[in-house]
Formats: sequence, C-alpha cells, structure tokens
Amino acid sequence: MLIEILSWLNNQLLRMDWLRESVDWFFKDVMKFDELSWLYKSFTFFFYDVIKIFILLSVLIFFASYIQSYFTPERTRRILSKFKGIWANIIGALLGTVTPFCSCSSIPIFIGFTKAGLPVGVTFSFLISSPLVDLASVILLASIFSWQIALAYVVVGLVIAVVGGTLISVLKMDKYVADFILADQSNNFNEIKEEKLSKKDRVKYSFEQVKEIITRVWIYVLIGVGIGALIHGVIPQQWIETILGENNPFSVLIATLVGIPMYADIFGTLPIAEALVLKGVGIGTVLAFMMAVTALSLPSIIMIKKVVKTKLLVTFVGVVVVGIIIMGYLFNAFSYLFI
Amino acid sequence: MIIKVLGSGCKNCKKLLENVKEGVKELNVKAEIEYITDMMEIANSGIMRTPGLIINGKIVSYGKVPSTEEVKTFILDFVK
Repeated sequence: MLIEILSWLNNQLLRMDWLRESVDWFFKDVMKFDELSWLYKSFTFFFYDVIKIFILLSVLIFFASYIQSYFTPERTRRILSKFKGIWANIIGALLGTVTPFCSCSSIPIFIGFTKAGLPVGVTFSFLISSPLVDLASVILLASIFSWQIALAYVVVGLVIAVVGGTLISVLKMDKYVADFILADQSNNFNEIKEEKLSKKDRVKYSFEQVKEIITRVWIYVLIGVGIGALIHGVIPQQWIETILGENNPFSVLIATLVGIPMYADIFGTLPIAEALVLKGVGIGTVLAFMMAVTALSLPSIIMIKKVVKTKLLVTFVGVVVVGIIIMGYLFNAFSYLFI
Repeated sequence: MIIKVLGSGCKNCKKLLENVKEGVKELNVKAEIEYITDMMEIANSGIMRTPGLIINGKIVSYGKVPSTEEVKTFILDFVK
C-alpha cells in the first residue's frame, strides 16, 4: 500500500505522467499529428521536457537554496580546516554538494581556500564535486531515470572528487599554485562573525536564487531540450547505436571526449541524456557524457589555468577524465543492476 | 584611511559604494575610496563573495550590502 502511494507520487510529481499524457493528447487528438511521425516525437519530447524541467527546476532550486543558505563558502572553509587527510577530502566533496556554486565563483573560492591554508587537494575535492553533484540535479536525475541511477551518480561523483583530490595531495601539488597567490602573504582575512539569518531571510535568499539561476540557465535548458528532441525524433537509431551503442568499445571514450570542452549546465545536459537513453545508448556512456560536460569545460579550464600552474592543471583534468571513463565502463558493465 | 569597495560592477556593489561615500561624507573623515572591479584582484584579497569592503587592509564585510549606518560604525572603529 505504502509502496503504491510512493510510486504514484513519484510518477505524478517527479516524472509528471499527467503532463506527458496531456502533451501526447494535445498533439495527437487536437493537432492531429501522426503518432509515428518525427514531428510528433520531437514536439511531444520538447514540450513535455521544457515544461517539466522548468517546473521542477523552480521548486527544486528553491528548496536546495534554502538548505544551501546554511553553508556559505566561509563556513565550508571553517569546517574543512578542522579535518585532516582523506577525511578532509571526503568532507570537502560532501560540502561541495550543498555549497552554493557557480563556475564563475571557482576562482575566488580557490584563492580563498588556499590562502586560509587548506591543502590544494582538499580544495580540488570541493571544486570537482561542486558542479558535478548538486542537490537539485540529483532529484531531476531521479525524475528522468530512476532513484537507483540518481543515487549511483551521486556516489560515483563523490568518489571521483575524493580520489581526484587525494591524488593531488599525494602527488604533493601544493607548490603548483600560481605565483601571485603564494607571493601575496598579506592574508588579511579575519573571521567576521556571521550573523544568523532568519527564516524570512532564507526564504528571500531562496527566491532570489531561483530567479538568478533560471535567468542564467534557461537558454541552456532550451538548447539541451532542442538537441534532445532532434535526437529523439529525427536522428536514425542506427547512427546513434553505431557511434555510442554498447557494441562500440569506444562509446564511453567518445562520449567523454565530446563532453569535456562543452560548456553547459547540468540542467541542459539532462534532456540530451534522456534522449540518448531512449535511443538505447548504455547508461554508463550517457552518465560519462553528462559528467564530462558538467565537471569540465573549456571556460572553466581556462579560468583554473589562471590560478594554478600547468602541472597541476594537467593532473586535475587528467584525474577527472580518467575517473569519468572508468566510471562509464563500469556502469555499462553493471547496468543490469539499475534498470 | 584607505577604503576599498570590491565588486564586479553588480547592482549591490554600486549600492555599497554609494553607502560608503555617504558615510564618509556624514562622518567628515579623511578617506580615500577605491572601487575595485578586477576579478583577480578581488579574488586575491581573500573575499569569496562580493560585494566586499576592506578598510586599511582589513576585510570588514562581504557577501552583503551594509547600510550607511553600518558603514559608519566600521569607519569609526578605525578612527579611534
């Protein structure tokens, strides 16, 4: 009984079956589209996904921001300074999931953490997990695929962040930080007592975050859903299968390498992932693509290049890429556990 | 004294600059106000959230816009 209620809630609220049925009905019975035509497939995919993602996004960002308002970067730094060794990496990766983050703030955070004396490896655990695993995106992932896959994604993302950061620590990379950060030892940072936010402040902050994030990502969502709709309706199944299908041993490698330079929000990547899964692409291949897009991008690499030396940059990119590729092949091999 | 307002030109940063100018005028203190918009310089000051306020090399506020009254109490701390 309880399971039935939960699965009904999941189907109606998260997967929004009611919306799918309405969109299907509109194009089939009102617009008289042929159910087998590419137009019908593309249009229903596009409208269902756009409406669903924007509803979910607004609600999810609101609640995620409310939780995040308890974890400012300053507080994260304070918490992290209390941990040592691998525990610092683990806590860093976990805090990365709840600290408000946009790739534009990675430089201030990198410098702020480094100057406070945090090991570079710990900072990287945080910087890897922050864009990769995000409260709102995990629930969106569950809504498009399943809870098992969302959970597996979180675990894998955290493992890559912890292992990546630990490797950077083990390889003693702390000296490969840009000279101007090391040179300026003024360290004028003094802890300011953070004032407690009231419930009202947090609600206001959460509303502002919804507005800010939606205005920032809406274009990526539209582009993402547009590409997803084209893949779903127009591109022949066979092409996709040949390039990204399970029979191509290089599928994960291709998906990762294509995803790295792309700059997109995880919310824009999800609809593409959804369309690829519907076309029969392995779940590991799809997750590798998503992770490559969100964890690394040309703009973010160029930005990080400004604060670290080449050796550290190459290590960082290398560790993340290898981690994603291994994860992709493992997921494909064990996908029967999730579907 | 040297007062630095740090921000990448956002609305809140300009508001803070106004408040600082207003506060300095009301207190009638001698102060040099600098408005810093360079991303790298902001980051290197140790501030992780803008707008930030630095007086005589000391960070006194970040991530919010202090009112003119609050700015005045910050300044008075350094006048003493």
